[in-house]
Amino acid sequence: MKQFIQDLAETHHYQTTHLLPILRGVQSRYHYIPDQAIEQIAGLLNIARTHIINVVEFYSFFHLSPRGQYELYISDSITDHMLGKQSIINYLSEKLNVGIGEVRQDGAVSLDNTSCTGMCDQGPAGLVNGYALTRLDRPRIDRITDLINQKIPLDEWPREFFQVDDNVIKPGLLLSQPITQGSALQAAYERGLKETLAEIDISGLRGRGGAGYNTAWKWQLCYEGPEEDAFCDIATHNRRPRFVVCNADEGEPGTFKDRVILNSNAHQVFEGMTLCAAVIGAEQGFLYMRGEYLHLYEQLQNVLNERRQAGLLGYNILNKGLNFDIEICLGAGAYICGESSALLESLEGKIGIPRNRPPSAVMRGYLGNPTVVNNVESYLAAASIAVNGGEWFACLGTEKSKGTKILSICGDCSRPGIYEYPFGTSIQTVLDDCGASDVLGIQIGGASGTFISNQEFDRTLAFEDLSTGGAFVVFNNSRNILDIVKNYTHFFAHESCGFCTPCRVGTSLLKKQLDKIVDGHGSAGDVVALEEICQVMKTYSHCGLGKSAANPVLTTLGRYPELYQSKLKKISFEPGFDLDDTLETARRMTKRYDAEAHLDQVEDES
Amino acid sequence: MSNTITIDGKTIPFEDGQTIMEAATTAGIYIPHLCYHPDFTPYGSCKLCTVRVNGRISSSCTFPAKEGQEVLSNTQELNDDRQKLTQMLFVEGNHFCPSCEKTGNCQLQAVAYHLNMLDNHFPLFYPNRKIDASHPDVMIDHNRCIFCTRCVRASQQIDGKDVFAISGGRGIHKHLIVNAQSGLLKDTDLEVTDRAVHSCPTGAILIKRTGYQVPIGERIYDHKQIDQVSLELEQQHGE
Repeated sequence: MKQFIQDLAETHHYQTTHLLPILRGVQSRYHYIPDQAIEQIAGLLNIARTHIINVVEFYSFFHLSPRGQYELYISDSITDHMLGKQSIINYLSEKLNVGIGEVRQDGAVSLDNTSCTGMCDQGPAGLVNGYALTRLDRPRIDRITDLINQKIPLDEWPREFFQVDDNVIKPGLLLSQPITQGSALQAAYERGLKETLAEIDISGLRGRGGAGYNTAWKWQLCYEGPEEDAFCDIATHNRRPRFVVCNADEGEPGTFKDRVILNSNAHQVFEGMTLCAAVIGAEQGFLYMRGEYLHLYEQLQNVLNERRQAGLLGYNILNKGLNFDIEICLGAGAYICGESSALLESLEGKIGIPRNRPPSAVMRGYLGNPTVVNNVESYLAAASIAVNGGEWFACLGTEKSKGTKILSICGDCSRPGIYEYPFGTSIQTVLDDCGASDVLGIQIGGASGTFISNQEFDRTLAFEDLSTGGAFVVFNNSRNILDIVKNYTHFFAHESCGFCTPCRVGTSLLKKQLDKIVDGHGSAGDVVALEEICQVMKTYSHCGLGKSAANPVLTTLGRYPELYQSKLKKISFEPGFDLDDTLETARRMTKRYDAEAHLDQVEDES
Repeated sequence: MSNTITIDGKTIPFEDGQTIMEAATTAGIYIPHLCYHPDFTPYGSCKLCTVRVNGRISSSCTFPAKEGQEVLSNTQELNDDRQKLTQMLFVEGNHFCPSCEKTGNCQLQAVAYHLNMLDNHFPLFYPNRKIDASHPDVMIDHNRCIFCTRCVRASQQIDGKDVFAISGGRGIHKHLIVNAQSGLLKDTDLEVTDRAVHSCPTGAILIKRTGYQVPIGERIYDHKQIDQVSLELEQQHGE
C-alpha cells in the first residue's frame, strides 16, 4: 500500500488541490480509505489528517471502513422508483445475501442507495465500482449475482450492462447543427475576440445551469477582474491568472442532458471553454464532472488529446498565441458541489461548502482568482454562437430568455430522452411530443424546482415563467404526490452540506415533520408547523440548496392543501411517534408477536 | 469621507473593509451571534446575525459595510426567526441547561434568554453523542457542540495548531473531530492555556476541575444580558 500511495501522490505532484483524485484512487484500489493511507497522504501532502477525514466523510463515495470488492449503489431518484427501484434493490439484497447499506460477511459485495445517478431515461439504474449500470431487471440481477459470486472482473462483464444511450429525441437549434472542430475559435479570431464577446452579448445567452446569469456579462467581469485591480498597471492586472470552469456536476434529480452533451458533443463544449479562455485570458480550465459519469472519463480524455494534436488545445492554439489546457476532475458523490462556489472548493481539494458572498466566484474563484463557472450547455451554446453569430440564437426564444433550452424528459411518458426547445414553448407542447397522457403534474427544475399541476400546462419554459436547469419529470394520475414530495425532501436531508443552521437542522426537521403527516400521525397544527420550517429554511439558508429544499413541500402545499389536510387525524394532538412501534424491539427480543404484546393507540375521536 | 450606514434608523460610521457586524459593534449596537468572534475570521454559519440590508437577507458578520446601506436588525420578524434558529440549535443537540456546568456562562443559553426563548418548540433529536474525557485538563462533551468552528479557527489562527475540525459527513451527521490518530483529545498537542479551549460558546469544551468555582447565581449572564456583555468584550477586541 505504501508504494501505491507514494506513486499516486507523485502522479498528482503532491498537490493538495488533487486530494479528491488521490482519494478516488485509494477508494477504487482498496474499497475504503484505510487509516494508514490517511496518515501517509497527510505526510506527503503536508496537510492535517483531520482535513482528509473531513473530505472522506463528506463525499458519499469515500468510506472510512471497508466496502465490498464490488461496491454496488442503486439510484434512489423518484424516476428510478417509478421504474420499480424498490423491488429491484430488495431482490438484489436477497439474491446477493447482503443488507441494504451493508457489506456481505465475506467482503465480496456491498449494497447501498445513492442519489439520482442521471440515468432517469433508462433506469432503474445503479453503479458498480463507480461505473453506471442501466436498465436493471430481475434477469440482469441474476446474472450480476453470478458474476459477483464467481469474482469475475468488471471488464469481463457483458458490455450491455453498461450501455448508456443518448436518446436524443428532438434536437433543436444547437443539437441539430453541431459545429466542426475548431470553427468557433477560427470564427472568433477572424471576427476579433471583443467582437465575439459582443455577439455572445447580442445572443442574450444566460447561464443554462438554472440561475440564468448573463454569460457575456460574466465573461466581461472576469476579464476585468476585481475592482481593486482596476487602478493598477496592466502588468499587475495580467499577473492574476484567470480560470475557466465547466460545471458538469449534474446532480439535480431528473437531469441527464449534460451526460448526453458530453457523450456526443464534447468537442464543442471544450471549444466553448477554449473560446472563453481566449476572451478572458485564461490558461487553465477544468471540467468538473460528477463521479457518477465515470464511464465518460476515458473518452473525454481522448477528446482532449485529439484537440491537443489538432492544435486546438495546449500551447499556441491555432498559432494565435493562446495557451490553454483543460483538466478533467471527478466529483465523489455530493449534490452540493453543483453549487458553483462549493464546486470551486471541491476543485481545490476541500469539502463542498458554499462560500460567503461577496466576493463572487467571478472575482474570487479558483484559488482566489477570477473564474468563470458555466454549465456544459452554456459552453456548447457559446461555441455555436461564435460560429453563427448572436442574432442566429437571439431570434428564437422570448424577450428575456433567448435561444433554446435542452431538456431531460423522463417519468411517465412514452419517449423519455433529450429534447431541445426554443424558450417560450408551452408545457402542453412538450407533453404532446414526449407522449405523456393522463398527466397529474410535472416537476420542473428537479428537486429544487417547481411542481405544477395539470391546470397549468399553458405555462411556458422561460426564466420569467418556469425556469429549469434541464429536469422535466412527468407524473401521471397513478402517482401519489406525497410520495414524490417525501422522496425529494429525504434527498435534501441527505445532501445538505450541514454548514448553516437553517439547512442542516431544517432539512432534518422537515423530513421528520413531513413523514409524521404522510404516515398518518399528523394532527391539527402540523401543517402549519411544516410551513413554518419551510419559511425559516427558505429565508435564512446560506445557499440555493437550503433556500430551495422546501420547494417540493411549498409548491405542492400551495396547489393541493386538501391533500395534506386529509392526512391529518382529527384529534387535537398526536405524538410524532407510534407508541406501539416503539415496542417492536422488545417484541423481537422476547419473540412475542401475540396480541397481548401490542398496545392500542389513542383512539380516534371520529 | 462620510462612510456611514444606518442600522434600525440610526446613522453609524464605518471604515473601509469593515463588515456590518464590525461597524455595529464599534458603534455600540448588538446583533445576536454565536459563530462570530472578532478575533477569528468570520464564518457565517449560525445565521443568528442575519439582518436585512436594503431589504435583502444577509449575514452581518460576513457582509461588507457599504456607503448608504439601510440595515434592519432589531425587528420583530428577525428576532422571531433568530429565536427559531436558536431553537433549532437546541433540538439538534442535547442541551439541558440545569445539569450543565456551563450554565450562566453559556452564550447559547444567554442568546436564548435574550431572544426570549421559553421552550424548544421543535421536536428534540436526542442524538447519541459521546464525551471525550481523555485529556488531563480539557474535556469535550459532543452533546453540546453547535458546529460554530470557533475552536477550529482559534486553534488554527491564534494557537498556530490544528487541533479541531468539523467532520462527520454532511447534514445532521456533523461532529467535532480532533487531530490525533487515536481520535482522542489526549493525543493532540492541545494545552489548557490554548485559546481554542476558551473559545467555545457552549458547554462542549470544558476545562476540568473549574466547573463550579464560580457558583451558580454569580456567573457572567446571571446579572447581565448578553447584549451588554458582548459589546463590552468585543469592543475591546474589535479594532
